[in-house]
Amino acid sequence: MTENTGAGGNTPGASRPDPSARNALRRRRARSIAGTLLSLSLTLLGLLLVTFIIGRVMPIDPVLKVVGDRATQAQYDAAYVAMGLDRPLVVQFFGYIGDVLTGDFGRSISTGQPVADDIKRVFPATFELATLGTLIGIFVGVPLGVIAAARKGGIIDQVARVVALVGYSMPIFWLGLMGLLIFYGILGWVGGPGRQGIIYDGMVPSVTGMILVDSLLAGDWAAFRDAFSHIILPASLLGYYSLAYISRMTRSFMLEQLSAEYVITARVKGMSESAVIWRHAFRNIAIPLTTVIALSFGSLLEGSVLTEIIFSWPGLGSYITRGLLSGDMNAVLGGTVVVGVCFVVLNLFSDLLYRVLDPRSK
Amino acid sequence: MTLKMTTRAVLLASALALSPAAYAETPADTLVVAHTIDDIISLDPAQTFEFSGNDVNNNTYDRLVDFDPLDMDAGFKPSLAESWEVSEDGLSITFTMREGVTFHSGNPVRAEDAAWSLQRAVKLDKTPAFILTQFGFTAANAEEKISADGNKLTLTLDKPYAPSFVLNCLTANIASIIDKETVLANEQDGDMGNGWLNTNEAGSGAYTLAAWRPNEAVQLAAYEDYWQGAPAMKRVIVRNVAESSAQRLLLEQGDIDVARNLTPTDVESIGSVEGVKIQDEPRGRMMYMGLNQKNELLSNPAVIEAMKYLVDYEGITGSFLKGQFTTHQAFLPLGYLGVLEDQPWTYDVEKAKQILADAGIEGGTITTRIRDLREYIDVAQTLQASMAQAGLTLEIEQMTGAQVLDAYRAREVPIFIGEWGPDYSDPNTNAATFAFNPDNSDEAKAVGLLAWRNAYAVPEEMNEATVAATLEKDAEKRAQMYKDIQAQYQAEAPIIPLFQRIEQAGLQDNVENWFSGGAVTSVIYRQVTKGE
Repeated sequence: MTENTGAGGNTPGASRPDPSARNALRRRRARSIAGTLLSLSLTLLGLLLVTFIIGRVMPIDPVLKVVGDRATQAQYDAAYVAMGLDRPLVVQFFGYIGDVLTGDFGRSISTGQPVADDIKRVFPATFELATLGTLIGIFVGVPLGVIAAARKGGIIDQVARVVALVGYSMPIFWLGLMGLLIFYGILGWVGGPGRQGIIYDGMVPSVTGMILVDSLLAGDWAAFRDAFSHIILPASLLGYYSLAYISRMTRSFMLEQLSAEYVITARVKGMSESAVIWRHAFRNIAIPLTTVIALSFGSLLEGSVLTEIIFSWPGLGSYITRGLLSGDMNAVLGGTVVVGVCFVVLNLFSDLLYRVLDPRSK
Repeated sequence: MTLKMTTRAVLLASALALSPAAYAETPADTLVVAHTIDDIISLDPAQTFEFSGNDVNNNTYDRLVDFDPLDMDAGFKPSLAESWEVSEDGLSITFTMREGVTFHSGNPVRAEDAAWSLQRAVKLDKTPAFILTQFGFTAANAEEKISADGNKLTLTLDKPYAPSFVLNCLTANIASIIDKETVLANEQDGDMGNGWLNTNEAGSGAYTLAAWRPNEAVQLAAYEDYWQGAPAMKRVIVRNVAESSAQRLLLEQGDIDVARNLTPTDVESIGSVEGVKIQDEPRGRMMYMGLNQKNELLSNPAVIEAMKYLVDYEGITGSFLKGQFTTHQAFLPLGYLGVLEDQPWTYDVEKAKQILADAGIEGGTITTRIRDLREYIDVAQTLQASMAQAGLTLEIEQMTGAQVLDAYRAREVPIFIGEWGPDYSDPNTNAATFAFNPDNSDEAKAVGLLAWRNAYAVPEEMNEATVAATLEKDAEKRAQMYKDIQAQYQAEAPIIPLFQRIEQAGLQDNVENWFSGGAVTSVIYRQVTKGE
């Protein structure tokens, strides 16, 4: 009400924007953005600190990874000092943070290459796979969930339930191997493990690191087709797991909406069932569903280690896991930053979508 | 409109996905290998010590002497060194370099490059440096003891070692000859090009390094000016495929030519597939059991003796290690000079019981740590069962490889079950670690020696015999010396060699002359051909 008194006034001066009010709004926005950025940086810092501590208390010796089984004590000691492990933990941590702020993520001890280069190579592979997986999850999972809710107890609902149950309970390792055996080994419909067929390896110039996109940019349809035939199976597998989650969540959101009074009113008014479902109820679940999808996408972006192993997919998940198991803290911390930033971006993105989708937030 | 476009896109995608893709064979001049190559951390010959790194360098670099994959029985042969001469006092070896050989950069291979490469390896002092420094080279004397003059390279040794010992060590990856000019142009902060060579190469080998994407693939391209003739395979692509079943599928589909990490189950099922064959090749890696002498029970000679009869050698190699290991009870692998082929122990629980009873031992419990690798756990569990029959309790804690190694180097693993791979092609490589431990005290911190890790106080005469064998010039006598050491070892040592690794490579039928490296070296691609 108070807002209306100012903005809705009839005096001629009020129709022009009030500079002081505009500045106040700007300041408020700036403060809110600064606050968000500060809390995000603190979140990232906390995430790094926890990862750093976990890495340091893990009973795995990174020096041995570097010098190997045969090293003498003198060689071991030299590497220990060269890696800066003789410094106090606090100094190591803040030294690392300082480097990260200048864009230096250090060198990975398990690949011997700068972590930033490693991530530039592995993240696009994961991003490509996760995006396709999530798209499959959305395009199949959402309609399935909606229909299951609309025809509760019907055959589609039962099918959706079984699909979700299998998705939740089946080990991805087994499912992946079976998928490979059937669709690649027996039917020959899709490409085998790896991101590309051998003859296309290195043929498409790397621009984004995502082979599907790069081959399109290069206009190389054969390479695109090859890359697609390699990604479709692991993406479907991830898509299946994500659709199991998305369809269940969609169904429960829809059930809640369909029993709401406005739906009954709409039906009483004689609105067609599809209009009730899609135009009214579905619009209202779009907001929580966005969060569900963003979370599901985020978890795929962390990389699905087992999928990556089965399909020889050189992605972020196996990179971080391998780093963790060999005490390669630079790799683990670098990967954590990427995952952290992904979640932050997804959060911001879903916040933004909220504003677009929910008129109240305007 | 949008919906229509989306539908169309989905239909197009489905059509693309579901249309049978045309999977032809791999190109005729390309060799595609599936292998676990996630262990590569450096490609600098002075530093590389991992299996897959050696696999790359063995093909991108040459050494003074090298093996001929088609004639392994001959041992090392002249390579970048055309010939050599040993001085009368046996303290120096002078190599004459081969003329007309060029590095991949086009620079000629000179004695100066050879000297610099070896000096560099000594000065950098990375883990494999001991292979060279055991001849008395140090960072301080390297330039004096390793010298070039014209096309001659002279090595001055601290003792009159058996020339075969020195030359065998020169076949190791660390003795690779590097293009000095190219590397020095990429030197940073006096690192002698170590940073650059970690991810690049500057060799004269049959292949150049076209690309290395860690944990993903290594690509090699044929060096057309190779001094032994350009290799038949113009491209070699090694893809990191961790899963055996994935390797098998790729092989069966014809998408790869060679699969190098097949489990016994996959080997068996491939056996019946047309167009694919299995090639067995004994490698140098030995699986052994180390009984830590710090453990009171395990330091009892009767327990050591009894343990040798509690391993079900035939049962293990006939079941879960089928085809991948063969029983071998001496510390030198088959394929090495002086290998002892005697197999004195069989699986005999009754005999073990008797030995323990005679010594008045009435049971005991040992808790040990085993690496969480299927093969080791299976062996440990089999041992656990047979030890139980003999009244001994074995408790197993599973840990990662890094954790077990850490504890092992700290002498804290009571019963170690794992593998040891030789570092170079001379018998001293294993003798010097299994049967040599001049100072068994904790303070000695001889973490590189297996005998020390197991707190095995090697008898003085065995230490001396191991050293003496490095000085014997007569090959036959030298071989006999190693046989004697192994026989004594079998009689008393608490480190018990069990099995030798066999690599079972799955190959397309048309792949000829595949060579994984045998017992003494790493993979070599230059002789591989593909028929029709």
